Amino acid sequence: MIRITDLHLHRDGQPILHGIDANIPATGLTAVIGPNGAGKSSLLHCLAGLTAPDQGAVQVGNADIAKARPADRARMVALLTQSTPALPRLTVAELVAFGRWPHHRGRPTRADREIVAQSMDAFDLAGLAGRRVDTLSGGQRQRAFVAMAHAQSTPWMLLDEPLAALDPKYARDIMDRLHGLSRPGPDARGIIVVLHDLAMAARYADWVISLKDGRLVGNAPRSDVMTSEGLSALFESDIIVEDLRGRPVVVLA
Amino acid sequence: MFRIATAVGLIGLIVASLAIGAADLGTNDNGAAFLLIVSRIPRTAAALLAGAGLALAGAVVQLAVQNRLVEPSLTGTPESAMAGLLAVTLLAPGAALMTKMIAATIAALIGTAGFMILARQVPRRDPMLLPLVGLIYAGILGAGVTWFAWNTDLMQYLGTWQAGEFSGVLRGRYELLWLIAVMVGLLFLGADRITLLGLGEDRARSLGLNLRQTLLLGLGIVAATVAVVVVTVGMLPFVGLVVPNIVSRWRGDNLRANLPVIALSGAMAVLASDLIGRVIRWPYEIPAGTIFAVIGAGIFLWLLYARPRLEKPAKAAAVTNTAGSHG
Repeated sequence: MIRITDLHLHRDGQPILHGIDANIPATGLTAVIGPNGAGKSSLLHCLAGLTAPDQGAVQVGNADIAKARPADRARMVALLTQSTPALPRLTVAELVAFGRWPHHRGRPTRADREIVAQSMDAFDLAGLAGRRVDTLSGGQRQRAFVAMAHAQSTPWMLLDEPLAALDPKYARDIMDRLHGLSRPGPDARGIIVVLHDLAMAARYADWVISLKDGRLVGNAPRSDVMTSEGLSALFESDIIVEDLRGRPVVVLA
Repeated sequence: MFRIATAVGLIGLIVASLAIGAADLGTNDNGAAFLLIVSRIPRTAAALLAGAGLALAGAVVQLAVQNRLVEPSLTGTPESAMAGLLAVTLLAPGAALMTKMIAATIAALIGTAGFMILARQVPRRDPMLLPLVGLIYAGILGAGVTWFAWNTDLMQYLGTWQAGEFSGVLRGRYELLWLIAVMVGLLFLGADRITLLGLGEDRARSLGLNLRQTLLLGLGIVAATVAVVVVTVGMLPFVGLVVPNIVSRWRGDNLRANLPVIALSGAMAVLASDLIGRVIRWPYEIPAGTIFAVIGAGIFLWLLYARPRLEKPAKAAAVTNTAGSHG
């Protein structure tokens, strides 16, 4: 479980997050939703231990993530940040293999190579192993980055808008795979995804955290947060959540 | 096949470099062996070491700032090294070469760190912005160094540090360059960490990389390499820009895998430039730095021009990325 207690974060004197208290279940897929500037990415950076909060703490398992050593932190939480303009000229195999770096620090073992192969299979990349990341399509490239985070073999995978600029087909493909990884079982991962697309959150999330202006609005199972009233208030826009054959569907009214 | 061609090319260059020069090996008064040991072998080794070191320094800088259009002469590194050298020359005129070298390295490291601080503020969207900032930064540092040298009557030193050339290389006056071999070894050990830097700060940290430590290692290697080149043969601009760019296009960014290729290409390119400089106006010489700058500028323009066309085939989602693709 991730325990967030009284989390405060400021940047350049501006409050980004104030007083977030939440527990996130260790298995299942958690979606983080909220309007632009709500502090979703900042929250994810705090959960991954890359940003130290000004007040409060994030406990991942039994460790205070902000105080963990970089190498230990990288074996607890994998963070996939939003895509940067920098595209590495690495092959897919090289990129995914770097996901193992926190474990071998430059001396990969046979076990590391096996895990890299498994991660590539899990994201259907075996056929692209030798291709350079900068020559892939957007969907393939995003799969490669997610596979790299997967190869890190951490109990937690955090993804900041992994579906940005992806067609529905590729977006769903990635969400299907992440959803599968988060199903209860011996290898289940806790997956936390910042999602802009409410339809995706409604379709895949088990648990939803909603943020607005740096404050926690909702932290509950999907059906409790993703209601017509809740989402309309959160986004200050008329949103209707309907039930379609047992699944929630988000409609812009 | 390719390896054989490279080996043949390297050996050919070395043999030519040993054979060609203003003095004729066969008719020299002091004998061929003397000429080889005192002048030609040191000169050849100096060109190879300087070329390898500067090319690798360029690759490290490019990964550290995630911009392919930057190289040590666009980060204020040689100018800072010169400032350190001037300071030592003034304060302790009789200082040993090693002392000068250490002062130059520390000054170069400080100057490069200054560029890194500037680079954090520069928007990433347009990759041309950072080299322009670097050009201005280096220009300001260079102007300061020139002003300082002018006022202290040390302009002639500055001239030798600025224009890289190998005609003055003799046994006993270039050996410091072997420090580059040590730097290459260090770089090989830290190669994965430097490659991770190239993935961007957040990704590198998320993989547990100690960012400060890695930057210090990488920039320390760059500073020491540039300082030793400035002290012994003078700065050779463009080597760190052109060579890593060509290698990266062809073989990617994995530094550990490409380190030997970058080093070898840089070494051969600088030795070839020195050779051309020796024969083009025989028996007079044109500095290798000048030859490389002319050829390198041409190749650089070609790289700039050819880049968008080569990277366009990536699909729609990549279009927003192409402009900034790694700088």
